Amino acid sequence: MTVTEPSKTAVDLVTLTIDGIEVSVPKGTLLIRAAEELGIAIPRFCDHPLLAPAGACRQCLVEVAMPDREGNVRPMPKPQASCTMTATPGMVVKTQLTSPVSEKAQRGVMELLLINHPLDCPVCDKGGECPLQNQALANGQGESRFTEVKRTFPKPIRISTQVLLDRERCILCQRCTRFSKEIAGDPFIDLQMRGAHQQIGTFSPGVLDFHVDLPYPVVRTSEELEPTVESQTQGSTKDESRGASHDHVTGTYAADGIATRGEAMLDESGQPFASYFSGNTIQICPVGALTGAAYRFRARPFDLVSSKGVCEHCAGGCALRVDHRRGKVARRLAAEDSAVNEEWNCDKGRWAFTWSTGADRLTHPLVRDPETGELEPVSWPYALEVAAKGLLKAREAGGVGVLPGGRLTVGDAYAYAKFARVVLRTNDIDFRSRAHSAEEEAFLSHAVAGTGLGVTYAALEAAPSVLLAGLEAEEEAASVFLRLRKSVLKGSKKVYSIAPWASRGLIKLSGSLLQTVPGQEATALGSAAAAEAVAEPGSIILLGPRLTESPGAYQAALALAASSGARLAWVPRRAGERGAVEAGALPGLLPGGRPVSDPAARVDMAAAWDVESLPSQPGRDATRIVDAAAAGVLAGLLVGGVDPDDMPDPAAARAALETASFVVSLEVRASAVTAYADVVLPVAPPAEKGGTYLNWEGRHREFPQALTSDALSDGEVLDSLASEVGVWIGLRGELSGTAELASLGRWEGAKADRPEHHTVPVAGTTVLSTWSMLLDRGRLQDGEPYLAGTAHRAVARMSPATAAQLGVQKGISSNVTVFNDRGEITLPLALTPMPDGVVWLPSNSPGSPVRSKLAAGNGDAVSVRLAGDQLMGA
Amino acid sequence: MTETVREPVTLTPVLSKHWNEAESWTLESYERNGGYQALRKALAMTPEDVVGAVKDSGLRGRGGAGFPTGLKWSFLPKPDGNPRYLVINADESEPGTCKDIPLMMATPQYLIEGAIITCHAIRAERAFIYLRGEVVHVYRRLLQAVEEARAAGYLGENVLGSGQNIDIVVHAGAGAYICGEETALLDSLEGRRGQPRLKPPFPAVAGLYARPTVVNNVESIASVPSVIDNGSSWFSGLGTAKSAGFGFFSLSGHVKRPGQYEAPLGITLRELIDMAGGMREGHELKFWTPGGSSTPMFTAEHLDVPLDFESTGAAGSMLGTRALQIFDETVCVVRAVLRWTEFYAHESCGKCTPCREGTYWLVQVLRQLENGQGQPSDLDRLLDICDNILGRSFCALGDGATSPISSSVQHFRDEYLRHLDEGGCPFDPVKSTLFAGVNA
Ligand SMILES: Cc1cc2nc3c(=O)[nH]c(=O)nc-3n(C[C@H](O)[C@H](O)[C@H](O)COP(=O)(O)O)c2cc1C
Ligand code: SF4
Ligand code: FES
Repeated sequence: MTVTEPSKTAVDLVTLTIDGIEVSVPKGTLLIRAAEELGIAIPRFCDHPLLAPAGACRQCLVEVAMPDREGNVRPMPKPQASCTMTATPGMVVKTQLTSPVSEKAQRGVMELLLINHPLDCPVCDKGGECPLQNQALANGQGESRFTEVKRTFPKPIRISTQVLLDRERCILCQRCTRFSKEIAGDPFIDLQMRGAHQQIGTFSPGVLDFHVDLPYPVVRTSEELEPTVESQTQGSTKDESRGASHDHVTGTYAADGIATRGEAMLDESGQPFASYFSGNTIQICPVGALTGAAYRFRARPFDLVSSKGVCEHCAGGCALRVDHRRGKVARRLAAEDSAVNEEWNCDKGRWAFTWSTGADRLTHPLVRDPETGELEPVSWPYALEVAAKGLLKAREAGGVGVLPGGRLTVGDAYAYAKFARVVLRTNDIDFRSRAHSAEEEAFLSHAVAGTGLGVTYAALEAAPSVLLAGLEAEEEAASVFLRLRKSVLKGSKKVYSIAPWASRGLIKLSGSLLQTVPGQEATALGSAAAAEAVAEPGSIILLGPRLTESPGAYQAALALAASSGARLAWVPRRAGERGAVEAGALPGLLPGGRPVSDPAARVDMAAAWDVESLPSQPGRDATRIVDAAAAGVLAGLLVGGVDPDDMPDPAAARAALETASFVVSLEVRASAVTAYADVVLPVAPPAEKGGTYLNWEGRHREFPQALTSDALSDGEVLDSLASEVGVWIGLRGELSGTAELASLGRWEGAKADRPEHHTVPVAGTTVLSTWSMLLDRGRLQDGEPYLAGTAHRAVARMSPATAAQLGVQKGISSNVTVFNDRGEITLPLALTPMPDGVVWLPSNSPGSPVRSKLAAGNGDAVSVRLAGDQLMGA
Repeated sequence: MTETVREPVTLTPVLSKHWNEAESWTLESYERNGGYQALRKALAMTPEDVVGAVKDSGLRGRGGAGFPTGLKWSFLPKPDGNPRYLVINADESEPGTCKDIPLMMATPQYLIEGAIITCHAIRAERAFIYLRGEVVHVYRRLLQAVEEARAAGYLGENVLGSGQNIDIVVHAGAGAYICGEETALLDSLEGRRGQPRLKPPFPAVAGLYARPTVVNNVESIASVPSVIDNGSSWFSGLGTAKSAGFGFFSLSGHVKRPGQYEAPLGITLRELIDMAGGMREGHELKFWTPGGSSTPMFTAEHLDVPLDFESTGAAGSMLGTRALQIFDETVCVVRAVLRWTEFYAHESCGKCTPCREGTYWLVQVLRQLENGQGQPSDLDRLLDICDNILGRSFCALGDGATSPISSSVQHFRDEYLRHLDEGGCPFDPVKSTLFAGVNA
């Protein structure tokens, strides 16, 4: 049971009687929950512990009597909805168990709910786990007196590519619409019509514009898009930011490269009319009215086996329920974890799991045939032998660089860290197969590694103010976004964002923009506005992924935290990043926050690992590993789940893979690395191994192996490889890496130094701003066309004034080309209130692979030109 | 306490006093007849005294529920410097109810003056009149009336030099019965879907735009100037002890002169029918509603029930909106009840299960009964469905939907059964029309 009420010790208790039993509950407790305390289940449909009470379905009626002023307990004339009424002292409540009135009322409502319900349970996805089915059996009557004509609807309607609605099954409890408005802030569905014709449906945002927190503003005429730019650096009002989110997309979309199943309805700004959180509506629908396209008609709940899971996508660490049948995952649901994701997750976490079961799944080790140059399937012992020999040779010939990637469990990351030091005798290891900087590593060593559980979701919820520095919570850490929104809606919370423009997510947080040119985040963090934002005690600063490309930002953030007393947390984008920091998968960092540069730390670890000494030479970071391999200095590469296109310079990464004389790839699926590998060792995806992620909070998120599988984890493969080399690293078994890391304890010695500030002047005409969208071209979203259909379309964004300088004309639709000497990207232009001289691109959306096309990142100089003119609407 | 001797009741035209004048709706006509004297008086009083005067008068809400108006005003929390609102319910959509619309057509300034006084009393600067959308002519008239009042300095900044700023916004709804329910009205006024809100919080605490709000019926507010002008005791001297004052009794149906009869509360239907020239020639009373279709129907048995809140309640119905729909013996009660039920099914907002699904079902059962299909046991089923709606629905719309059915089965069960016996309706619907016999 989710207890939404505050803990009992701190609050006033109210004593009442339910069905003759006295119970004390915290003041403000709803009757329906007070009854739960006694184990009395009152039937309900619209009630949901995390949604505001609605009292709409009337299923939960009970008899209530209350003491009047003289203390005489007087019955209320009508039965009351127990989901909306709070307990008061001396109340006498009779549920269906003791009150014939309540029993009759509930039976009556149940009968009325069923008169128009199709009773197609045998073909309904919900059959077997359906609150209506279950409660009709428990509290309804065996036979219906309804012999008249049922209401029917054509079935089903498509709400988005991934959500379908069978209206005749809907009992209009409004859980879905309330979730969408209250929790996600995306009113992509709402009630329409009335009476028995009332139904859930999609509306155009024009109709829905009456919502105060409407994230889709109405299309403005081009007249209103006159180049006017207020370059305010602080506190845009809600209305201004509303305008800011409006995508007046002026160009046309090129066909994009990702297969989607069906077209999502587009809203008036050309974006799919959808929500990143729509899957939750399916999960909380108490009937089978909302179903997921990917799961519809695929299984019956009673044929599924459920395992606990933890989401492998972002650093949120959301609890999952993984439902599988005959060795295949059939669906994933958000599991309940009040400390982390409450009962929600994002659509990526729910639906993006087919990536590991596609045709490119690696099942056998592969070794490149020296004759043909082709990869051939071989036995494990042979593959290990070839890999071990090759790695040893490379080690002696200049060294092996290790790129484990950012998606590993703690145990697997630890195995890479140990393997690098003990077997390959190098510190050339860096999990950051993405943009990175020395300043970031220094920051991670100084302020993140070995700090344990720090800022938590609960702390975020309680904080009076949260400053998002280079973090787009809705896109990059969806559960953080939901928790922030929850507390924003509760009242006093303020959210600030250091970004060039107010994203839709920020608007849904009623946030204020500290408008910042990319690369100038350090200045913004040092500004009076930022100090003001976190002035209130208990404030929190969240540092997002793109700060790594912003010189001085980490140092400025530490300074701001020190001067204001605000707490800091680092929110990386991938599930494995925080764990990899802890495991020591960085060139300057050993496990538990031990600096490589500290001789005592090295001695400590050498003793723990039972080796004479550890390499004292500080390692190369990912970029320098790539450079050294490309230059032939490093002879070998050991690569985990890395997509070269995520690297700061994908072409350089490919060149390194090409040049390195020996490449070992540990991968779930054939990837771009496979083509360069000499030995490919298949590893298990999360569902086929157990493990632990460390989420952004620093919380251990342990999950068991869901599916029976003979696939090995990265740690197990590395352990075997070490044995083959003749070194015993003792990491067989899924949790042994995690356990060994835990046994080492945290480093108690001196912390790594604070990061140094290097200012790099930005040259060139236009500054690139970029971050990743929640749904994009990421490889972990492959094979899910329904999900892909709701991704936001890629647009380029510029201020109207900058666009006007390019020659964008009023009323003329325009595509713009962002280019540099490496390549170019052409996208429709969305005029956006943002600093002049800045262009924004989504990092990895269809049509916008920023890294592989431009090898550029946040804050880099690029050029922009007009790609072509078309008359609007032509 | 039973009153044995009763004075014969006469009409008490107050709000309808000048309806016969040419262009009675103009400000000029209103002022000529003493209009806006009450406002001057009220502005000289403290807000508390105005509330006290209305409390003392015994004025009870004229929108149906009869809640004491002054008491409702006194529920507003202390002013905190932020806005508070008066919202006037002019949605008038209850079948049979037709008092507010004629009043606003004939003498809209009563409402305007009442609204200004009420704003003063509750310290609001803005009043909204939520008008049912279909009555475009009334909308125009109200807009005009507000303009005239503003031009004369009764509205706008510094009303009559009092230093107070009071203004009125006239809002036309989109035509939904549920938007007469006060919280659905507020949602609709805010631009949302008109469905009732969960209470608490009550409008007095968090109403329009979540600010303290008083919601009153048109007639309630229009009665306020007369209370201030003539004094509380004048008002409480009219009507009965607990149902003070006068009100419109809207006679419609088979009487000779249907229309608005402004009379003290406590008048009987017998007296009203007399005033209306009696029943249609050659016909006799069969059934009637005391306060619109949502109030259980009465029969000739109830001709002498005093039409006040208490007596109608004691007799098993409600005073409601004093919409007296009068049906003679030519009318099939099943047919009338089915039409009403179709109205409720059409107007059910859809929010709650009992009303949404229940009215859908009731219509089907009644249609079969009207056509003589079904069995006698269907009547019990009908009553049980009503029992599952009454007191179980979210708002009073669902309750109201059951009234005509339960009361008609109670009084006319045999007539329902006759439909089954005869395999159809035993009545000739033409006979109940005004043109009955014209072509015969
Ligand atoms: C379904 C429904 C419809 C209603 N329609 C109206 C209406 O049209 N006009 C009105 O004044 N009150 C209507 N009411 C009553 C209002 O909710 C509210 O009680 C009234 O406006 C209060 O004003 P009073 O205290 O001045 O009577 C309706 C109530 C319900 C449940
Ligand atoms: S009773 Fe229920 S469905 Fe009917 S109008 Fe009221 S809230 Fe809406
Ligand atoms: S659960 Fe209480 S009204 Fe729906």
